[in-house]
Amino acid sequence: MIAVIDYGMGNVNSIVNMFKKIGVASMLASSVDQIQRADKLVLPGVGSFDAGMRKLQQSGLVDAIKKHALLDNKPLMGICLGMQMLGKRSEEGTEDGLSLIPFENKRFSFGDRKDLKIPHMGWDFVKISKNDPVVTNFDSEQRYYFVHSYHAVCELEENVLMRCDYGYSFAAAVNHCNIYGFQFHPEKSHKFGMALLDNFARRV
Amino acid sequence: MYHRPRLIPCLTMINNGLVKTTKFSNPRYLGDPINAVRIFNGKGVDELCILDIGATKEGRGPDFLYLKDIASEAFMPLSYGGGVTQLSEIEKLFYIGYEKVVINTSFNTKPELIQESARIAGSQSIVVSIDVKNEIFGRKCYVSGGTVKLKEDPVTLAKRAEELGAGEILLNSITFDGTMKGYDIELVKGVCDAVSIPVIACGGAKDITDFKKVLAEGGAHAAAAGSLYVFYGSQKAVLITAPDEKELINIGIYK
Repeated sequence: MIAVIDYGMGNVNSIVNMFKKIGVASMLASSVDQIQRADKLVLPGVGSFDAGMRKLQQSGLVDAIKKHALLDNKPLMGICLGMQMLGKRSEEGTEDGLSLIPFENKRFSFGDRKDLKIPHMGWDFVKISKNDPVVTNFDSEQRYYFVHSYHAVCELEENVLMRCDYGYSFAAAVNHCNIYGFQFHPEKSHKFGMALLDNFARRV
Repeated sequence: MYHRPRLIPCLTMINNGLVKTTKFSNPRYLGDPINAVRIFNGKGVDELCILDIGATKEGRGPDFLYLKDIASEAFMPLSYGGGVTQLSEIEKLFYIGYEKVVINTSFNTKPELIQESARIAGSQSIVVSIDVKNEIFGRKCYVSGGTVKLKEDPVTLAKRAEELGAGEILLNSITFDGTMKGYDIELVKGVCDAVSIPVIACGGAKDITDFKKVLAEGGAHAAAAGSLYVFYGSQKAVLITAPDEKELINIGIYK
């Protein structure tokens, strides 16, 4: 069973709805017990870094999430702010991240260029950087919906799963073993998001 | 034009019915919003904007139960506006599946709401809507569904919205709304040149050449429309549809 972590931030219902649409069962999880019983976890997030980390700490679920990912080696997927929280920290705030993958989150910066707006908002194409079950079987160029002002900067290139160009190339998705992070919103990227969630549900 | 400009159907509702206004007046009933959302979903539109244009006038907030039903049908980004006055309403909208919240009247009566919600939710989730009428002495801004006139002009308001932390501006031309005579390019360019946050142009679009013009000449980051997505032909028959991906590539809006 896939559990979508409900800690008070993020559009949990949209994620559950999209899993339902592709015929995959999922549930909302807000207790340690529910997290422990899950086979795979999804960590959503919409909002600012500190607000997200504080709400997650307050939920009491951090240890259970870390155990699921690091000790039990079960799949974990972070979406948008949820991906950013998998890293060490963010320029957006002062809280520590979960530090499950070695990266920091930095604000987009284009020097003197005025034509590129922040946040990076809209549909954009990605390039797949490495092989992984979650990106197999894609029959066309993948595009997804992004809305973010901060992006991941990975310490290790091997953790970069997808790249996107917005002024410069940045990590649109990250991965380390069973842990995945997607900066865009698969649950809002209709057929493209469905393909990705389908792979996460059935191939990972 | 940007890497892939967004084209956004703007659905206006009164009493949970889909309507279309002309110059923010004379709402014409079109049908069930949920049905429209299903159609747009099937067409794979970039994004949807849902505006409850009765809420502020009726002195109430969002109808969360109904909005949750709408959200469950949409697999693309959703923004909602209409009667939003509290931070708790904004948080609840995110929870039920909306990426962005559109604020118009509260921007004038309670500007600290913009600051506070941008701080907590991140500015990319907060859209300020600026509604503009072209009058004898220049372009004037209105709130409360185009009924209350403000002192400031659109550029001044847009800059203030950016300062307060809004992530985007929904720029509505009341004068061009529902007329299908093209966008007010001068208005759009003026605001786009003045701010660094994305501007969504709305009001007046008839067909995709209008989209191209407002993006290329107006400098808009995204183009929204009402009539274009719900009417067909000179008699304005109700037909809910969206331009084809191929058409948009041929005209040069998409690559």
